[in-house]
Amino acid sequence: MNSDPFVLAGKSYRSRLLVGTGKYKDLDETRAATKASGAEIVTVAVRRLDPKPGEPSLLDALAGYTLLPNTAGCYTADEAIRTARLARELGMTEFVKLEVIGDEITLFPDAEATLAAARVLVKEGFVVLPYTNDDPIMAKKLEDAGCAAVMPLAAPIGSGLGIRNPYNLRMVLDAVKVPVIVDAGVGTASDAAEALELGCHAVLMNTGIAGAKHPVLMAEAMRLGVEAGRKAFLAGRMPRRLHAHASSPEVGLIE
Amino acid sequence: MQVTVNGKLVELPANASVAELLARLKFDAARVAVERNHEVVPRRTYGEARLSEGDRLEVVGFVGGG
Repeated sequence: MNSDPFVLAGKSYRSRLLVGTGKYKDLDETRAATKASGAEIVTVAVRRLDPKPGEPSLLDALAGYTLLPNTAGCYTADEAIRTARLARELGMTEFVKLEVIGDEITLFPDAEATLAAARVLVKEGFVVLPYTNDDPIMAKKLEDAGCAAVMPLAAPIGSGLGIRNPYNLRMVLDAVKVPVIVDAGVGTASDAAEALELGCHAVLMNTGIAGAKHPVLMAEAMRLGVEAGRKAFLAGRMPRRLHAHASSPEVGLIE
Repeated sequence: MQVTVNGKLVELPANASVAELLARLKFDAARVAVERNHEVVPRRTYGEARLSEGDRLEVVGFVGGG
């Protein structure tokens, strides 16, 4: 896999799977699932803390990983910008997974506010990875604003519906030069494989793993799905045909 | 004086610093970020950053998320 690195903001990664750290039953499960996924980049959220001295910390469980703080739960550009600044002050990274949510039923992005926040954060030196619709026009605008990647959704966050519009993702891939990371909606390993087969550069998921009956096993399945999808993309799939095409020789049959 | 920390009123000695606030509330200063009235307080200034009556503070950290 090292001959085919995933390059993001000038850095190479072996894994094309980025994983979230929410919804696990405890830190041990978080640690085990994250390890089984093979991911090197993991997302975290920024929240008000209750002081709990001496309690085991998420950061200890995630030592050695590249942290990607998100602005999940933000409904305005201003909230997302403030959250990103706090994340940076926490001291570990310039990365931010920018989410500005439009409404709580769909959790779809507010495209206008996402773009406005992206412009501010890029200017402040953040490496901005925006969660966006599977919309090539929006993807291009985010790239032009200086985002280091675009992260179109496959389906609503936490829905597990898989890739609802593969044709749009292909259009996004055609529209931008920055990496395209499918973010949200992946439900099982074949969804992850499909994203990579389409040519997407990576996949980010949380509930697809944490919401499985056996999260650690699903994390491994997702890792394999991503690897299989990437190899299939590089291999170049055969053309689709309407009619059958025999695999065995049609001559030399017994009579 | 009173300030608001994560939405709750907290009583502090007048002129207390951010560092004193964090210590009093038993936050691990190395693991939090602090915002005062919508502006981030840089970590290196916790000792000298003095709070004022009515300041609104957010004390945040990383938690699991997707």
